[in-house]
Amino acid sequence: MKIIVNGQTKDFSSAKNLKTLIEEFCANPHQVIVELNGQVIKNDRWANQVIKENDSLELVTIVGGG
Amino acid sequence: MISLTEVQKTLAIESPEAIENLAQKAKRLTQQYFGHTISLYAPLYISNYCSSHCTYCGFHVRNRIHRLKLTPGQINKEMAHVAQSGIENILILTGESYQATPLAYLKEAVEIAQKYFSSISLEVHPMDETEYGELFAAGVDGIAIYQETYNRHRYAQVHLSGKKKNYDYRYGAPERIAHAGMRQISMGILLGLADDVAADAHELFLHLRFMEKNFPGVEYSLSFPRLRPIKGLGFEPCLVSDLMLFKIICLARIVFPRVGINLSTRESARLRDRLLGVGITRISAASKTSVGGYTSESPEDLDPQFDIQDERSVENIVAMLKKRNFDPVLTDWRRIDNKIFS
Amino acid sequence: MDQISTTPQQIQDTPLTIAGKKFRNRFFLGTGKFKNKADVTESIVAAQVEIVTVALRRIDSEHHEENILEYIPKHVTLLVNTSGARNAQEAVRIARLAQASGCGNWVKIEVINDSKYLLPDNQETIKATEILAAEGFVVLPYMFPDLYVARQLVKAGAATVMPLGSLIGSHQGLKAKEFIKILIDEIDVPIVVDAGIGRPSQAAEAMEMGADAVLANTAVATAQNPAVAAQAFSLAVAAGRLAYLSKLPQKQSPASASSPLTGFLFER
Repeated sequence: MKIIVNGQTKDFSSAKNLKTLIEEFCANPHQVIVELNGQVIKNDRWANQVIKENDSLELVTIVGGG
Repeated sequence: MISLTEVQKTLAIESPEAIENLAQKAKRLTQQYFGHTISLYAPLYISNYCSSHCTYCGFHVRNRIHRLKLTPGQINKEMAHVAQSGIENILILTGESYQATPLAYLKEAVEIAQKYFSSISLEVHPMDETEYGELFAAGVDGIAIYQETYNRHRYAQVHLSGKKKNYDYRYGAPERIAHAGMRQISMGILLGLADDVAADAHELFLHLRFMEKNFPGVEYSLSFPRLRPIKGLGFEPCLVSDLMLFKIICLARIVFPRVGINLSTRESARLRDRLLGVGITRISAASKTSVGGYTSESPEDLDPQFDIQDERSVENIVAMLKKRNFDPVLTDWRRIDNKIFS
Repeated sequence: MDQISTTPQQIQDTPLTIAGKKFRNRFFLGTGKFKNKADVTESIVAAQVEIVTVALRRIDSEHHEENILEYIPKHVTLLVNTSGARNAQEAVRIARLAQASGCGNWVKIEVINDSKYLLPDNQETIKATEILAAEGFVVLPYMFPDLYVARQLVKAGAATVMPLGSLIGSHQGLKAKEFIKILIDEIDVPIVVDAGIGRPSQAAEAMEMGADAVLANTAVATAQNPAVAAQAFSLAVAAGRLAYLSKLPQKQSPASASSPLTGFLFER
């Protein structure tokens, strides 16, 4: 299944829910802010959120900046 | 924004050196922002009917003077006469009577003025925003409205009856004028009315600052008419010396480098000429302050609002200005259409 | 090193109030470009900074990033910068994402579609301000000092206006000084000078002329000793503020011998 994560196309072998995907992707899931297809998804909904083919995910975090 | 203390300090200076410094600073700023330009205008009184009782003014409702209100034909005659002298900026004045000189009458006068003058200003009673809007659409570019004094107590003492008694309505006029789209607003205080000149000047500055901030597109000017005693009126103005007037004008120039400062023919030729260049940027020429005064066959029968001290003709004034390296300007713009494009 | 006896919080001054929050230290610190995160904490603590900017970045799964938030004391106000946004839409998106992270709703709008000079796009900044202010964000827009734009930003709901001093990272100080002065004179919300502040003296200069606060980042982050640099900036901002409050005498223009204008007033 193809999903776009942070602008890059990734191939995942099986269907995932959002929580699992984030845990795979990020070392510190509690720092992550998630935007799925343009919508912000709060962490209490990650476990129930299913990812579909061609979904676009933005995983961002707060960093130092001006 | 200058504080009251700073205004008081400046207006209290006495030493010739300090005053000279003040004048030199004002002169530099005037030249920097205005070059050598002096604009000329003429006042034209079309009515002396008034419904207010202002104890200091010759036109007040209780004063027994010959009341006159020009007909359109008479207005035309007066305006043609003034226009002949070369004047292009006209200031139309009336007493403050909402009944004798209502909006329709004023609009008619403006229509006639459009035949002769490239810029029309009015100094009349304060009115509502919609009325100012109609005047703007009719071709008026500027309104002069002076609070006279910002001291409420004194204001109440000298304005005994009529709509002029309403301090707040008058104070709110500049805002209404700006909302209506007028391009020019002239504000001022009547020197000699309140004895605390510094306080009045400071309040005027605050009022202008407020206007500048909220209506930055308007061209502002300041006036400091000095009350002259009027025979039989029984009003004693507070003494405001030539020196004080001089200091006020220099200070106004310094605080508001880009704002025009007007001087009427109330002041003598000698003083006017000295004030040019330290702050004054607009003067009247060959004024008549009585209704119909320009073309009347018996002018001595007419009651002027104030006595003129500078009687020089437009030609003489232009010559004097050129001799002193000023640039007399009779008109510097032409109205295309007075509409607000939204 | 001995402690400096006066801290920014001790000077006699009314606090800077933004959206109801009071700040005693008018030096804002950016947290980008530091060599290591510990320097960020040390700088904040040493200079007693009360508000810092942070940014949002995509997670890099290869590279584990420490959480900057763990390095910022809890009482410090977070101002999320929309850096990376090239237009209003992107800025709005970043702001909403930041809010979802629980960082609060203070946002510094930075919309830059210019990689050569990094100049902010004033028009897009106005648009983003309108949208975000309406959604309840506390908006601090970074802008090029233009009076008309500043007025529009205030009208759109900005809590402050942040004119640039000079180009980001240039250390050129107040190249835009005259135009910042106009904003200080004409705009009623706090003016926070941001960008191009390379030395504490430049920060002091901004405060002396009446700015309400100064933000600096690169100069502190890239100093050999960031915590000391941060203190220097903090003290400079406080000194400049005191200078402004003391109403120092105006610079005198040189006297010019010119013919007297006022002799006639004293003639008998």
